[in-house]
Amino acid sequence: MTEAQADMPILDAVGISKSFGAVAALKDASLRVGRGEIVALMGANGAGKSTLVKILTGVLRRDGGEIRINGQARSVRNPRRARAAGLVPVYQEPSLIPDLDVRANLRLGDTPVEPFMARVKELGIEGLRLDDMIGALPLATLRILDLARALASEPDVLMLDEMTAALPADLVERVLKVVRAEAKAGRSVIYISHRFNEIAQICDRATVLRDGHTVGDLRIEPGVEDRIVELMLGQSLGEGLRVEPRAVARDGTPRVRVRGLRAGTKLGDVSFDLHRGEVLGVVALEGQGQDELFDVLAGFRKPDAGGFDLDGTPARFGHPADAIAAGLTYVPGDRSEGLLMARSVRENIALPLLARPRNWGAIRMKDEATRVKAAIEKLQIDTRAQGEVRKLSGGNQQKVTIGRWVATGVDTLLLFDPTRGIDVRTKRQIYGLVRELSDQGAAVLFYTSELDEVLQACDRAVVIFNGRVVDEIDTQTADHQLLLRAAYGLTEKDRLEAAS
Amino acid sequence: MIRLLQKNGWVLGLVALMVLLFVMTKVIQPNFGASGIGALSRAALPFAFATAGMAIVVIVGGIDLSVASMMAVAGVASAALMHALGNEGSLLVILAVLALGLAMGAINGALIVVTKVPDIVVTLAMLFVWEGVALLILSAPGGSAAPALRAIITGPVSVPFLPEAITAFIPKSLVVLVVCLAVVWVPLSHSKLGLWIYAVGSDPLAAFRSGVPIGLTRIVAYALCGLFAALGGLSLTLSTGIGEPIPGPYLMASVAAVVLGGVVLGGGVGGLLGPIIAVFILRILRMDLTLLSVDPNVSAIIEGTIMAVVVMFGGLVALRGRRA
Amino acid sequence: MTASVTQTPILRRVGNFLRDNPVIPLIVLLLVLVAVLQYLRPGIVNERWIANTIKFAIPLAMIAACQTLTMLTGGIDLSAGIVATVASFVMATQVPLVGVGPAIAYAMIAAVLVGLLNGVGVAFFRVHPLIMTLGSGLIATGCLQVYQRLVIASGSSVPEFLTWLGTGRWGVVPNAMIVFLPFAALILWAQSRTGFGRLLYAVGSNERAARLSGVRAWQVYLALYVLSALIAGVAGLLYIGMIRTASLSLANALMLPSVAAAVVGGTSIFGGRGGYGGTIVGALILTVLGTLLTLLQMPEGARRVLFGAIILAVTAIYVRLTDQG
Repeated sequence: MTEAQADMPILDAVGISKSFGAVAALKDASLRVGRGEIVALMGANGAGKSTLVKILTGVLRRDGGEIRINGQARSVRNPRRARAAGLVPVYQEPSLIPDLDVRANLRLGDTPVEPFMARVKELGIEGLRLDDMIGALPLATLRILDLARALASEPDVLMLDEMTAALPADLVERVLKVVRAEAKAGRSVIYISHRFNEIAQICDRATVLRDGHTVGDLRIEPGVEDRIVELMLGQSLGEGLRVEPRAVARDGTPRVRVRGLRAGTKLGDVSFDLHRGEVLGVVALEGQGQDELFDVLAGFRKPDAGGFDLDGTPARFGHPADAIAAGLTYVPGDRSEGLLMARSVRENIALPLLARPRNWGAIRMKDEATRVKAAIEKLQIDTRAQGEVRKLSGGNQQKVTIGRWVATGVDTLLLFDPTRGIDVRTKRQIYGLVRELSDQGAAVLFYTSELDEVLQACDRAVVIFNGRVVDEIDTQTADHQLLLRAAYGLTEKDRLEAAS
Repeated sequence: MIRLLQKNGWVLGLVALMVLLFVMTKVIQPNFGASGIGALSRAALPFAFATAGMAIVVIVGGIDLSVASMMAVAGVASAALMHALGNEGSLLVILAVLALGLAMGAINGALIVVTKVPDIVVTLAMLFVWEGVALLILSAPGGSAAPALRAIITGPVSVPFLPEAITAFIPKSLVVLVVCLAVVWVPLSHSKLGLWIYAVGSDPLAAFRSGVPIGLTRIVAYALCGLFAALGGLSLTLSTGIGEPIPGPYLMASVAAVVLGGVVLGGGVGGLLGPIIAVFILRILRMDLTLLSVDPNVSAIIEGTIMAVVVMFGGLVALRGRRA
Repeated sequence: MTASVTQTPILRRVGNFLRDNPVIPLIVLLLVLVAVLQYLRPGIVNERWIANTIKFAIPLAMIAACQTLTMLTGGIDLSAGIVATVASFVMATQVPLVGVGPAIAYAMIAAVLVGLLNGVGVAFFRVHPLIMTLGSGLIATGCLQVYQRLVIASGSSVPEFLTWLGTGRWGVVPNAMIVFLPFAALILWAQSRTGFGRLLYAVGSNERAARLSGVRAWQVYLALYVLSALIAGVAGLLYIGMIRTASLSLANALMLPSVAAAVVGGTSIFGGRGGYGGTIVGALILTVLGTLLTLLQMPEGARRVLFGAIILAVTAIYVRLTDQG
């Protein structure tokens, strides 16, 4: 792709700045994309990636700087203008209207139907009908439709914001393949992701942002990951990528024993044990039943068949409050689901303490302050931005949702993709915290959409495929490839047979 | 697809309920016939227009608490104009009232968009403002209705080649209602603008990112609500013959009809047909209670309870839908 | 309004300050209104006027408490005015029949019944509170009219102590303060220092998050709407002491101003933000405003227009000042 860079860049954003009130989100950000080039835009949370993307796509207006497209200075004042200039984004949250069907959504953006359907097929979604309601489709499908819609409008520059987050591994492969093919055909791509393996697979260059500045522009080559992480963090890395082995006593009564659990159409028949003092990973592609599993354990729905025992006694929950009373606490991946965004850190952390009517009376303010402070210190939550939780960075927000349960005392923690869209440093802190809690005797069930995380945080992992537990993985011996195979339902036994 | 069926199922259910109520009416009052239908349709006219306006703003994701007040403004304005101009000014009166309605609605919408104050608050404030404007135009009931215009909504239609036995059952007011709604809604719902209204109501952020001009869409929706409210006010003046500056009970009635009609509060779902049928259901109910010579106060309780139960049931159905 | 255009640091600081202390600009506005009044009619602001203003602001502020508390959860209680009317009417008509004590008990039972209906509708059937309370208000009005037929012969009377509470004053302090002061102190304390108060904010800002933390939202809603009806009932008794005549629409006129008082006082109608402190000042502002408009001899129509415009302007300024960035 060296020739591409020699050409005039198709997109050249220089010295972009943007402030929200007193907070400068972008100070001096630059991004240059050549024709047919795939550029990774990287940075820790709060570095300004999302703001830069929103400015380039007309959702926000910049305070300063210049955007040149094909050498011409352009104002991209609103999404419509940005599209007209050839910059088409695919955001983390699908930009499709839930109450309209596919056809109406296409009409809304003047997307031609035939190319769209062709793209959908190419991206691996079968059986989509134009009169399907968007609201009834699963999230992964919506993200693919969003991408197909963007591609169908034949953009010059495609902006993909965490495109593969929440996608199952098979779709990720498809998406990466299509993106690469598009670049070969001369389209440029700005690729935002936290996943190094994807970036290494498809990107030509990486532009790194830190604190609103562009701090580096690197060619992707073997070994560049460490350099990028250093630039992102502003410090050198040098830590191992695998969880420390430790002994977990798995004899005796398990804390949670799931027995033949069945719920909805996806969760077929799942059984496993979770012991105190262990972090049990759940490996699953999107939509293998893990959502239902967590919903049942967290008290959001009742199982259709089977059940689970807590310390050897059968349990059944009708409301999350029942689960909490039994010591099972749930941390969602979507932070906006778990937080009171407009309220303070203190109120958010203290919330479970007040939930039951018998605690509706006077609050013991001193006691509460002590507990909240302890939780904040333990999680190293950055509370410099006083006041509302929504002003915290994504990582700090996630710490608050966990901190809530640290304040009440953790017994069994159900983590559903807790590090979604969080920067590397905060992820490490969360792994550390999870291990610390389990060292103190907590049982942790940890689902993640990022397979490598299993190796970095869990003692062992169960693999759920097609609604059933198909394999169990020792995180000390497993590698990325083995996880991927397992997630696809190819078990260790198959592998041995294939080898022999 | 399933939701599409569900939506149509709701409207079909409403139609069935309406037919059932008609049958009940006939049982209660065996000589209920053409004149009864005429009176019913004329009484329903202002409610139907208010409901149509409310439905559009609810679909766009808002609510307009000032709908009854805007009707009062249009009602007194038209009464005053007709009093001054008589039959000759009929066309002028209609045009003036339509313009007035559009303007009032557009002001509501523009204030919501420009001030960024929640629509409930803005339209609550505008409820006072429009009520005040109506009182400034006529401080007490007054003015009059032009006979030429009154004739438009009274009596049955006469269609050549159709026997009177049939046309007698088609009141002019119903035709006026259907024509007015169809002229605005049919082209709208097939246009890009109609799509925008649903998109904004369903998910404003996604709509904005898809390039929909959110502000403009909201303003248009509120302007249409104003337009229908004005038609409602005009029809009220035409049927009573006098302009009444104090707003009638149209706010609650229109919200109830909208909810009963299958438009989800919060936006993005529903249409006009369901709410209009719901208006007739609620009107027939009231008529039946009167025919049964129920104490008007007791019938108010019954009516209120039915509305509350219907809305509760609607809430339950919406809840089930969300869980499934 | 220029704050948003120029975005100077000073204005930003002012904006931040106002966001943290929303009551202060409201008090300034209140004082400005009083000053205008004094300028237009020198000498009007005297001991009696102040006592009267406070006196009339109290029932409004109490009904506005219903709006504030329900609005914190993202709801609203449009039946509060009618509940106040029902309570006052039931009390006044029962006094000749059963005596003061039981009459007040019946009145509060009637109020609580409406509150329960609201609570059940909102908590279990998940009906939008705006609709639910409008509907229950309609039902209550109907019931009240039927009830009136039954008691029309026995007449009505307002107990002595209520008229004393409602009409008497001690210097600038109306006697109603004996009820209102502890009431306001209780609400102000409860909204931030009790579990229930915090849960109102929690449920209002994110119900799913609250559920996830173990809050059974229905308990909160049910308790809230019953509480709201109780407050409205007490306000009704206080108000009839002031007016001294039972009527079928006694406190209904306080309905929309009570919403306005809460809104002007800075409580977000979408839930999760605001508090009762602002509402009290809001009620005072609206009462003074009413006097001002009467004084200017505005026609009723113009008064309403201005009333609406002021609500809108105050809210718009408030939104501008607090929701930047």
